[in-house]
Amino acid sequence: MWDLFTTFFRIGLFTIGGGYAMIPLIEAKVVDEKQWIGREELLDLIAVAQSCPGIFAINIGIFIGYKLRGKRGAIVTTLGTALPSFLIILAIALVFQQFRDNIYVERVFRGIRPAVVALIAAPVFKMAQMAKISRYNIWIPIVATLLIWLMGVSPIYVIIAAGVGGYLYGQIKEDKL
Amino acid sequence: MIAIMFLLFWTFFQIGLFGFGGGYAMISMIQGEVVGRYHWMTTSQFTDIVAVSQMTPGPIGINSATYVGYTAITNAGNEWYWGIVGSVIATFAVVLPSFILMIIISRFLMKYKSHPIVENVFQGLRPAVVGLLAAASLCLMTPENFSTPRVSHWQFWISVSLFLFAFISVKVYKMSPIRIILLCGVVGLVLL
Repeated sequence: MWDLFTTFFRIGLFTIGGGYAMIPLIEAKVVDEKQWIGREELLDLIAVAQSCPGIFAINIGIFIGYKLRGKRGAIVTTLGTALPSFLIILAIALVFQQFRDNIYVERVFRGIRPAVVALIAAPVFKMAQMAKISRYNIWIPIVATLLIWLMGVSPIYVIIAAGVGGYLYGQIKEDKL
Repeated sequence: MIAIMFLLFWTFFQIGLFGFGGGYAMISMIQGEVVGRYHWMTTSQFTDIVAVSQMTPGPIGINSATYVGYTAITNAGNEWYWGIVGSVIATFAVVLPSFILMIIISRFLMKYKSHPIVENVFQGLRPAVVGLLAAASLCLMTPENFSTPRVSHWQFWISVSLFLFAFISVKVYKMSPIRIILLCGVVGLVLL
């Protein structure tokens, strides 16, 4: 149990930039070093964790913890993965509170804010490739963008509508065949 | 305060439940709820949280949930220790749906992946996530984050240049986001 906790604590601590950056680390720790699961199984697990909602690293941790030690194992790996983030962010939040009105800190953040927007914008086209956007479904991201950006619709409703829409479309197509 | 704590839990539970498509898609959802609907913080404050979440270790989803939980509660005029309670609530709530779902799914792992219904749902979800990312960046392109030519020519054009620099560096040169944020922070300190 302790081994599970420290392994995932380390995975949580050394993942910077999130998501896919941590796959090699998970592979080295969980497959090569501890041999908790096989390489094939990890690949399947990555595919499933990606298609599930929620945080990728946490999803993987829950699955491995559950497989090895049941629900308690899953709780331990979740705590392990989330705890480093939680503690570091909390420390920053408590300290940053005092410096928020400092002119130098404000200047630094004035420079950082446009960069953050760019970092969010950059993966849009790569995601479009991965989502196999074609001239038949390009209206979906466009409508989603306009609904959220101009009409202020919550992204949560957009996602629900997209999922239900995909399901219904599949049903209709099936009926026709 | 109980009301805002409850809303915080409910909001992050939904974000955990419908957060398909990774960290940035979640950022879009958090922004929609926390800035757009409940006005718990300003766009700039939210952008700063995203910046810090990106630079620090750990998944962006967990980092931003923790930070937003803290900020939402303290912005409402509560003491810092209630802020910590807020961050616990938000982090717990965003993880809870994963926990339930992954345990259910791990019982019939392989059947689930290629089931036609799941395939159909994802045919709608994947393109929508692209829209979520595009909307997240557009929603953050505000006068608060970029200034305007009318308020300050200087800040506006430097902001636009930094945006282009960051976009090209990450897209074309695959520079690490942390390095980009640090560089832009230094430019901000010197020029803005």
